[in-house]
Amino acid sequence: MPKLTRLAFAAVILTAFTGLAAPAARADITVDVNQGVLQPMPIAIPDFGGAQGAEIAKVVENDLEGSGLFRPLDPSTFQEKAPSVNVQPQFAAWKQINAQALLDGQTTVDSDGRLKVDFRLWDVFAQGSLIGFQYSSTPDNWRRLAHKISDAVYERLTGEKGYFDTRVVFVAESGPKIKRVRRLAIMDQDGANPSYMTDGAYQVFTPRFSTNDQEITFMALRDTGASIYLFNIETGRQETLGHFTGMVFAPRFSPDGTKVALSVEKAGNTDIYVMDLRSRETRRLTTDPGIDTSPSFSPDGSQIVFNSDRGGGPQVYVMGVDGSGQHRISFGDGRYTTPVWSPHGDLIAFTKQTGSTFHIGVMRADGSDEHILTTSYLDEGPTWAPNGRVIMFSRETPGGGARLWTVDVTGRVSRAAAFPGGASDPAWSPLLP
Amino acid sequence: MSNTIKTGLKLVAIAGLTFSIAACATPKPPPPAPTSIAEPTAPPPEYTPPTQGPVSESPSAAIPGSMQDFVISAGDRVFFDTDAYTIRPDAADILSKQADWLARYPAVRVRVEGNCDERGTREYNFALGARRANSVRDFLVAHGVDGARIATVSYGKERPIDPGDDESAWSKNRNGHTQITDGAQ
Repeated sequence: MPKLTRLAFAAVILTAFTGLAAPAARADITVDVNQGVLQPMPIAIPDFGGAQGAEIAKVVENDLEGSGLFRPLDPSTFQEKAPSVNVQPQFAAWKQINAQALLDGQTTVDSDGRLKVDFRLWDVFAQGSLIGFQYSSTPDNWRRLAHKISDAVYERLTGEKGYFDTRVVFVAESGPKIKRVRRLAIMDQDGANPSYMTDGAYQVFTPRFSTNDQEITFMALRDTGASIYLFNIETGRQETLGHFTGMVFAPRFSPDGTKVALSVEKAGNTDIYVMDLRSRETRRLTTDPGIDTSPSFSPDGSQIVFNSDRGGGPQVYVMGVDGSGQHRISFGDGRYTTPVWSPHGDLIAFTKQTGSTFHIGVMRADGSDEHILTTSYLDEGPTWAPNGRVIMFSRETPGGGARLWTVDVTGRVSRAAAFPGGASDPAWSPLLP
Repeated sequence: MSNTIKTGLKLVAIAGLTFSIAACATPKPPPPAPTSIAEPTAPPPEYTPPTQGPVSESPSAAIPGSMQDFVISAGDRVFFDTDAYTIRPDAADILSKQADWLARYPAVRVRVEGNCDERGTREYNFALGARRANSVRDFLVAHGVDGARIATVSYGKERPIDPGDDESAWSKNRNGHTQITDGAQ
């Protein structure tokens, strides 16, 4: 049983904030996520008032800045130092520093010790309130309160769901390349609260979340062979999924969480199977002599995208969940592996190898409209943020270890993720409840 | 005079030669630069040749039927071309010797471990490593080794033997390793 650092998640309560009957401004202030942002929106986020208000504002600022869609302004230029959520700000003063949006907030601790945050997003040019809410939780949950505020701001200004109140499960790497220690680890999306869930006695690969944020599946490799585990983050309960004589790898949950697709190898040939988690019955979906691996379900659960070299080099294929209608969808030059269906259903992210470089790319679900988003010595293993706008992956440099990186679907915003150490195989959680 | 002493003397002679070359090549310390402040000029440290003990040599002490004997008399690792899992001629030589050796020691059980270079993605490489391990296994079985004595595993690209990032390292990391797991002396 892996050592578990229990993460307590008290419910975050959201209530509509009705302290002010400000007229809702017309939404002429928007960020178009489809174009990729050449000019991030300038937003002012002064420290929130009250206990932990400054820290919360910093987390929100870091979230929004990290999306590449927003440019938080330097607080030293602010003329109005502590605007109130219940009073209209001095719009002229914010307009003067070219803020398009202003986010202000106030925390209070109520009699039973709960931390409440009132916040309001203002349209500086239209001079009106865009949203105002109160979130509350236990004080130790303040970072989640901040991420929920970031999500509310992101959603109001882009029209897309946010992705900040999420976690990432990944593999923390340490030790020399020829004797790498690989431990199962989890962190907040912004790199905070990292903790380890295995001790390194065996190597961990490719953890993946179920559609709830509690259950993960991953591959363990020992000298003698591989196994697939199910692991509950909350309870620490771990169980082996099936017993296979050959190699078993590449597990991934179905969208309803009742099945796991995986690769099983027999006598050197790797095929895709689906296991029902209740009955533990497996069904074989592919039968050709090529390598069939990296299955990923479409979000409606009706199809599986996968990787096969049945036609020569590895390419991307799609089939029905019963294995029917297997057909190739990638036809570009290069080797295509690790296809992952977007939570929106519209795109498939993949790793592509051309000559001596690796890329993360996206294509439509029918294989058309390929876009290459990254290029490096070795990029691999994309995972989607729950809003289908950002991809995290691992990048390895020659002679160096692997690190986590993010790129947005337009390819314009790419940056190192916040985990400071060696890390690979990220998997993004759904939005937390 | 024994072989050991001869070798030892030769090494001493070479060490002496190295010393004399080093002594000739060592430039004299430059004259101190004129300066108003008198600085003590430390003389360069005297060169001391590295101590080189004699190299002793004796016949291999590998116990017949041992892991070491297997490595020496057959070889425990065969290499593959990029993306390939067919047995190369040089690999076939080694694997034939492995099969002969395993025929001599029927109690020995092995695990064939398939390995890949890092120029591929993780999951595909687990599958490719499994193909390589099975190619080795199939060869051994075809040369008379009972399949029940051979387990296979794929380590994908996760257990490189050379940490480098060039073709020389990758060519070593594309291999099938025959690991004795039981029955060796």
